Amino acid sequence: MDLTTFFQSCVTSVSIGSAYALIAIGYTMVYGILRLINFAHGDIFMMAGYFTIFAMSNFMLPWYVAIPLVLAMTALLGVVIERIAYKPLRSAPRMSIMISAIGVSFFLENFATYLFTGLPKSFPGIGFLQIPMEWGSVKLQSVSIITPIVTIVLVVALMTLVNKTKIGMAMRAAAKDFETAQLMGIKINRVISFTFAVGSVLAAVGAILYFSPRPMVYPYSGMMPGLKCFVAAVLGGIGSIPGACIGGFIIGAVETFLVAMFPTLSGYSDAFTFVLLILMLLVRPTGLLGEKMTDKV
Amino acid sequence: MRRILALAMSCVLVLGILAGCGNGNSSGEGGSDGEKVIKVGVFECTTGENGGGGQLEVNGIKYANQIKPTVKIGDEEYKVELVISDNKSDKSEAANAASYLVNEGCSIVLGSYGSAVSIAAGSVFKEAEIPAIGCSCTNPQVTLGNDYYFRVCFLDSFQAKVLAYYAIEQGYTKAAVLTQVGDDYSIGLGQFFQEYFVEFGGEIVSSQSFPANNSDYSALLQNVKSSGAQCVFAPSSITAAPVILQQAQSLGLEAVFMGPDTWDNADMINTAEGGAAGCTEGLICSTFFDDSGDDVADFVNGYKEAFETDTVNVVTALGYDAYMAAIQAIEAAGSTDGNAIRDALTGVSFTGVTGPIAFDQNGDVAKDSAVLKTASGGKLVYADTVTVTDVQ
Repeated sequence: MDLTTFFQSCVTSVSIGSAYALIAIGYTMVYGILRLINFAHGDIFMMAGYFTIFAMSNFMLPWYVAIPLVLAMTALLGVVIERIAYKPLRSAPRMSIMISAIGVSFFLENFATYLFTGLPKSFPGIGFLQIPMEWGSVKLQSVSIITPIVTIVLVVALMTLVNKTKIGMAMRAAAKDFETAQLMGIKINRVISFTFAVGSVLAAVGAILYFSPRPMVYPYSGMMPGLKCFVAAVLGGIGSIPGACIGGFIIGAVETFLVAMFPTLSGYSDAFTFVLLILMLLVRPTGLLGEKMTDKV
Repeated sequence: MRRILALAMSCVLVLGILAGCGNGNSSGEGGSDGEKVIKVGVFECTTGENGGGGQLEVNGIKYANQIKPTVKIGDEEYKVELVISDNKSDKSEAANAASYLVNEGCSIVLGSYGSAVSIAAGSVFKEAEIPAIGCSCTNPQVTLGNDYYFRVCFLDSFQAKVLAYYAIEQGYTKAAVLTQVGDDYSIGLGQFFQEYFVEFGGEIVSSQSFPANNSDYSALLQNVKSSGAQCVFAPSSITAAPVILQQAQSLGLEAVFMGPDTWDNADMINTAEGGAAGCTEGLICSTFFDDSGDDVADFVNGYKEAFETDTVNVVTALGYDAYMAAIQAIEAAGSTDGNAIRDALTGVSFTGVTGPIAFDQNGDVAKDSAVLKTASGGKLVYADTVTVTDVQ
């Protein structure tokens, strides 16, 4: 591998890794509070892609109007899904709510196929993300630099929100002990809705940054990124926000460098991600930054 | 809340029943008129990875059905009813979709776009003794060893040979190949291209593959770039191709991209250009059909009018030809029986919109030329025609 390939791969892996990180946070936050793996998260990400297409290509909105609109729509979608599919099952066994999540995932995929057809739609170009740049022989687009910056800013903001604000405290309390938090007067439904809204907004930001250099949206385009980000969340320790972030970067790097170093293995890059998951679960089931779980009696 | 939900659910149920009635009525009326119906199965992918291309092929079949809605069997006029079954571009769904057509009592089946699903469904049609005519499935395996599978397009081995020949003619000596894991069409083409390119004196400097539903090709393309390839052969679906082209442009990869018949698709070019202007410039693809020819003007204009579009895709033309071949065979057989139609297919001979149609003993159409197109200014234009005698 020559130096150019190495640096080019670094750029690629950081750019894709930070998009993964944003999506992985959504998994980890919901899991932290509800102990639910929200399998529909990848499809919320896909829907955010379609919202952007409709806002920018069909309604011709400029990006500074379209992006806030897409974020709001996606947050709403996340909250509505929680209200319809998860809230009625709050006291049901955990397995039921997980199956409900899988159901929502299939529903969104098929609903999108019905509404937008199975044909791939092209993602609109957002000017400031597509400025070509050159650094020596390494070529990149501005999105490759903007993505990690946005991710870091959002993660820092999110950590501040969780650790310093009142709603953040409520979230932490709910994550520690659901029932006690409720007894202490925390409006648990509001906290959960808020969590879903934040998770979905991050997925929407992730979608815009992910689809911009990979501009093809189709109803199943959330499936693979969704699964990979789930792996990222588990890898970093599900329930931990910095963990999800690190997990995302690891997956991005592993994926890119596997192809760069062993071109003959390029077809197995997805498989390798999941091998990584299995290894992690064998060696350290709680993930890199995960807390040891003590079951409450 | 619960009451509202119950009300909503019952509304949905009632609607469902009503919708069911609607269908029931219409088919009942057809029967009461004493009109005889022959069912032609359309085995296509209208969703999934290849949904885009499959839909265009279905449109070609539908248009042919509009042009020729009835068929004479013996002395009786039969109405041709299309039964469309979606194989979702998925090999494991293919058998289900094929069985559905068999259970519906289809006399003959058309499709599918994509070789992998056609290969997967081949045995279902063979066991049911229903002939199938592939429209654009170019992998040799589709018809090989299956007496019930025919096709109206040329084979991948020929297509790859033509492209390898053209690349050498252009003076390229170093080529890279990108194929999709698990896709028989893509892998087959990739292998044939490698063989012929080496045979004609070129060198394969990079051969890589990517998983299905991949969305980031930067690492692969970076390898291609550092390998110094002058041309890249990337047999891929129209979902993958635009992303590959765009990412190649943003990496500054200057090699010429070459693609198979799937790339002869205006939507693919538009999508790619929509994301990154100029990224398709100069690409080469091989195809079956030149829509600017005089002899196909009727078909081209008629289709454009019927479907309110301004492009006629090659797979649309192939779908049209496959339907016409099926009608001819049904008429010649004078029966709705699968075996009789199959026997009649071997004798079918006519000039379709994609050239002369006649099947050899393998079930493949005897075509001797391929059209090459290139992209210029965001549009696909005719580049060259390569015939069998050129590449021998």
